Formats: sequence, C-alpha cells, structure tokens
Amino acid sequence: MSGAFFEVEDLTVDVATDTGRHVIVDRVSFTLGKGEILGLVGESGSGKTMACRALLKLLPSKRLSIPGGRVRIDGEDVMALPDAGFRTVRGKRIGMIFQNPASHLDPVMRIGEQIAESVRFHHGSSRRAAEARAVELLTQVGIPDPKERSRGFPHEFSGGMRQRAMIALALASDPDILIADEPTTALDVTVQAQILRLLKELRDARGLSIIFITHDLGVVAQLCDRICVLYGGRVCEIGDKRTLLADPRHPYTAGLTGCQPGAGATGSRLKTIPGYPPTIDAMPSGCRFHPRCSNAVDACARLQPPFEDVGQDRRLACHNPVVSELTSVPARGFA
Amino acid sequence: MTIDRTPLIEADDVVLHFPAPGGGPLGLTRRSVKALNGVSLSVKPGETIGLVGESGSGKSTLGRALLGLESVTSGHVAFDGVAVSAKNPRGLKTLRRETATVFQDPMNALNPRLTVGEAIAEVLRVHNKVPGPEVGKRVAELLSLVGLDPALAARRPKALSGGQCQRVGIARALAVEPKLIVADECVAALDVSIQGQIINLFLDLKERMNLTLIFIAHDLSIVRRLCDRVAVMYLGRIVEEGPTEQVFAAPRHPYTAALIQSIPEIDPDIVLPEAPMQGEPPSPLNLPSGCSFHPRCAFAKARCKADPAPTLRRRDGHGWACIFDPGQLPSPATATRLTTTGEHP
Repeated sequence: MSGAFFEVEDLTVDVATDTGRHVIVDRVSFTLGKGEILGLVGESGSGKTMACRALLKLLPSKRLSIPGGRVRIDGEDVMALPDAGFRTVRGKRIGMIFQNPASHLDPVMRIGEQIAESVRFHHGSSRRAAEARAVELLTQVGIPDPKERSRGFPHEFSGGMRQRAMIALALASDPDILIADEPTTALDVTVQAQILRLLKELRDARGLSIIFITHDLGVVAQLCDRICVLYGGRVCEIGDKRTLLADPRHPYTAGLTGCQPGAGATGSRLKTIPGYPPTIDAMPSGCRFHPRCSNAVDACARLQPPFEDVGQDRRLACHNPVVSELTSVPARGFA
Repeated sequence: MTIDRTPLIEADDVVLHFPAPGGGPLGLTRRSVKALNGVSLSVKPGETIGLVGESGSGKSTLGRALLGLESVTSGHVAFDGVAVSAKNPRGLKTLRRETATVFQDPMNALNPRLTVGEAIAEVLRVHNKVPGPEVGKRVAELLSLVGLDPALAARRPKALSGGQCQRVGIARALAVEPKLIVADECVAALDVSIQGQIINLFLDLKERMNLTLIFIAHDLSIVRRLCDRVAVMYLGRIVEEGPTEQVFAAPRHPYTAALIQSIPEIDPDIVLPEAPMQGEPPSPLNLPSGCSFHPRCAFAKARCKADPAPTLRRRDGHGWACIFDPGQLPSPATATRLTTTGEHP
C-alpha cells in the first residue's frame, strides 16, 4: 500500500427539494492507496452511493449539485477539469460497476461488442484488436468459453455472469480505480463469494484500487483493507479493517458490528440500534447520529463533532467515543 | 416441545410446474418451469421454520403453494387437517381466515392511498374480527404490539421509513389473528440496524402468541437466529431439513455445507473458502439428471448423475437427501466453520 494516490477532500452534494436545499453528502473526505480496497459502509440514505456518483460527476438528477470538494488523482484535482476533460477521467481512470448489471448493460448489443466499443473509445484500437481484447477481458473475469460467450446478449447470461461481464466492461479502459456500488447485493451468497474472490484477484494482478460500497459488514471484513463508515451523509469513522471491526470507537460503528446476526444462539435477541435513520429533510442538529446514540452527551445535539485523527491511521468524528476497554466486541469477541 | 402435536400445515410430495412462455405453434414444444419437484414438509403449531436456498430454489413458490395461492400440479397440501385445493373451497376459506403473509417490499405491499390505520382497519372489517366501533381501538393495540406509536395510524406509507412500513405489514398480518404467518424475505430490503429490530419483534411475538411462522429467507444467519427448524431447498427439492442448531453445526448435505461456508463473516480471520462453490444453480426449465446438485457438487460420483434423485433420509429428526453419509464427506472445515470463533482451521 504505497501512499494515497487518490484523495477525496470535503466532497459535498446538495439536493434541491420542495422543502429547500439539503446537504446529502457533507464534506466527505477519504484517501485510497494504490492496490487498496476501501469499504464504504452505511445504511440506505447514508450518502455512500451519492458520494461515489459525485466523484464521477454522474449525479442522477438535475436537482443534485456539487457545491464543493476536491478529488485528486496523483495530485491532480480532476474535479476542476472542464466536462470534456473530465471524460478522460470517468471510465478511463475510474471505472464503475453497479448493483444491477442488467440495467447497465445494453440489452440489444452483444457482450463482446459492448466491451470492444469501450476498448476502441478509450484506446483507439482497431475493431479486430478490440474484439480480441474483449475476449481476453472476459477470460480474465472467469467467464467460461469467452470466445463463444462474447457473442451472447446480456439476457443470455445469469446474474453472476452478467456481473462478471460488467466488471470486464469496466476494465476495458484499464482504469486505476474501480468503484463498485453494491455489486454483490443482488447475488446469492455462493455467487457473491465467487465475485469477491474475482475482485481480490484483479486487485492482486493489476494493482487495481477499489472503492467497495456495501451495507454488509461481512463482505467488508472479507474483502476490504480499510473501512469508511458513513451516517447521514457524513463520515463517522475511517480506519484499518481489523482495528475498526475489533475496536469500533464511533457508537454507530459499534452498533453496526453489534447487530450482525452472525453468531448467537437460536432465539437469542439481536442487539439493535434504536430508532430509524434520518431522512434528508429532517437531519438532526449537531451529530446526526445523536438521537439514536446510547453514548450521546449534551454537546452532541448542539455541535457537529470535528473529524479528527485519533492515531493508528484512524479518523473519528465523535464527542464521546466508545472507550476501548469497554468495547465488548459485540457478539463475537475476536481481538 | 411440539413433537407430538399434529401438524398445522402439511405438504405431501408437492409438485408444481409452471408452463414456460413460448413453445412454438400451438405450444407443442412448450417447456415447463419445474418449480417444486416433490416437496414434503410439515409444520407443527408454535413452530418457526426457515426455508432457505438460492434464488430459483422454489422457496417462495413453496410458501405460495402452502397458502393455496398456487394450485399444485400433483401432491397435497393440508391445513389443520383439511385439504387445501381449488376443488375444496371450504378448505381454502379456512386457510385464508387463519393465515397471513408478510411481504418482502413493505412499501409496495401497502396501499399508498390508505393511511396506516385504514390499511389495518380494512383487514379487521373484511374478516369481521371486531365490532365496528372497536376497530379504532384494535388498530391502536396492533400498532403498539409491533412497536409503533398509535399516532402513526393517521399517516400514509410514504411518510414512514422502510422499517416502520414493515412493522405495519406485520400488524396487518397479526390483525387476522392468524394461526400461521408466512414471511417471504420480509427483512431483505431493510437496513441491518432495522433488520435486528424486526427479527426481535418476531421473537417476541413468537413467545407471546405461540405464533407458527414459515420464514423464507436467503440470509442463513437470520434464519439461524429466529427459527427452530430449517429446510434447505435446491431446485425445487428439500435437500436438508432439521433442527436449526444441528443443521448449522453439522450440515449433512454438501450443498448446505457450501452455502454456510459462503456467508461472509464479520470476523476477518474466518476467511471465505479459497475455491467457493462453482457456478450458479441450473435453470429450473432443464433440471440435471439424478441429484440436481451434482454438477456443482465437489464430491459428486458417477452414481449421483445416473441414479434417480436421492430422497430425504432421516436420523435423529435431521433429514438429508444425499447418497453419502455425513461422515463420508471429506470436508472437515465446512461443518465447523460457523461454530468456531477464534482460530481458523
């Protein structure tokens, strides 16, 4: 893991609604090293998908805007690039895969052609070379009979195979960074295990850096190197996977690790986080987690906690973090 | 605890095939989706049973067949001793009065134009559960039972969160005072922090109301928490069935073992298998010969393909459909994975 070559700083996304402007991604900052896999974890509405779409300037609605933030690749602020220049970043340097590959592949175009099209667009290869490259990419993502399958249409592929095809498509431009937005959520666990293994192999083979968006802490524990936890559009805590899972400092992270149904006898109650996640038009003041937080103190409702370095490559935004010794790591107790 | 009682609902060798679209002129070459291929299952009163399996395994279809929502191709379903079929309207009527369903997508399962109170009151009126003037009171009771503020009765689903909507869905199911609830992937669409709340709610209701619950889910860890028994399905057959703790601690079918092994654990030290189960379930249009799991099975022998599909064998109330005995499968790690906490073997 050589130093951060991809930096996101104070990325903010606003949405204009009938009830006014709301900040849905609030000064999100994180870094990503070469060949590193960062897990972006949070519940629905935590802003994890929006933050990543904003990185690519791919916001799905005109109501959304990016009032601020810098995104640097190798020190170059790509957010400042004009739209035409940004096209060399989107796709070429940062690829993206989605939860539902069926709706992101062209249904009336052969898989091989879709990949070859991207190869030609980004590399200017000849038609024949691009087609050969498409077959090569399909081989790399573990599609059996790649030559034969490259002539197939998306509907002829199963869910897992479609996700593999989409990964091949994202890799066609040879990106440095892959943003994966819940790519395994719609898949069965057995197929999910295959895709996770594939992503790890691609990281090892090509030095690909991956931002993996998920709500599943199990997936994060298995795949990622570092974890960034989001709540209500803000980063709560960021740090190395092992320290963060074994010793969560933010009460929200601790709550999330605690409510995994993994271990525990049949019939025993699950730990839960009381209440419901906030909606965008009713974000709590101060720390956005305070109404659901068991550690909340007076300051939490009034002041937004600063996002501070707490050592061990860890950053935290909390007025009253969980104390290390008391972290009875919920449910499992691994150290 | 519930061993001796007669089953509340029972499926006997249920086969359910749907006609597939297409099939040429006059449908001469029409194929069928073989959704259920000989499923037998009985659920006793007060029991919570989990149906698990990959997508396409037939777990939802089985749930629908048990509720009389699909007519079976062959086999029988009986509820409380009475046969359930289109030919027996009385059986169907009893079934409808005494069962309820909780659906996966809570937002879509509720009428957007009705307030929460109206949605619950509708059920009470249709089933004549309480006299007219007492409907409001009962709605408030049901809302508090599922942990919601009765004041929410005036709201429409749009003004509620996903978790709150799912609680309303459960309140609606409970309004029938059902003997049996079928919950189909009812927490899959919810955030983890909310999933736990709903699972705990089911655990509470189970204890307080002696609820019989068929819980359909693809998430094994949730089933493990909630259910007394679990039935694992693969391509329209039950391949393993038994007490939850036993099935999880020592799975007897290679499919169950592989499924358990594929769950990503939150402990980074319990790593996913080097070689996860290969491939995806074959299409139910075209079932493999013999044991339908053989193309993906790491231990398959020639017999698995040639012989007819193995039937469920039972020992100590734990059944499995595999020609091998559990001890014969050379996979020591798979069986113990979920129970080990610290070191990885």
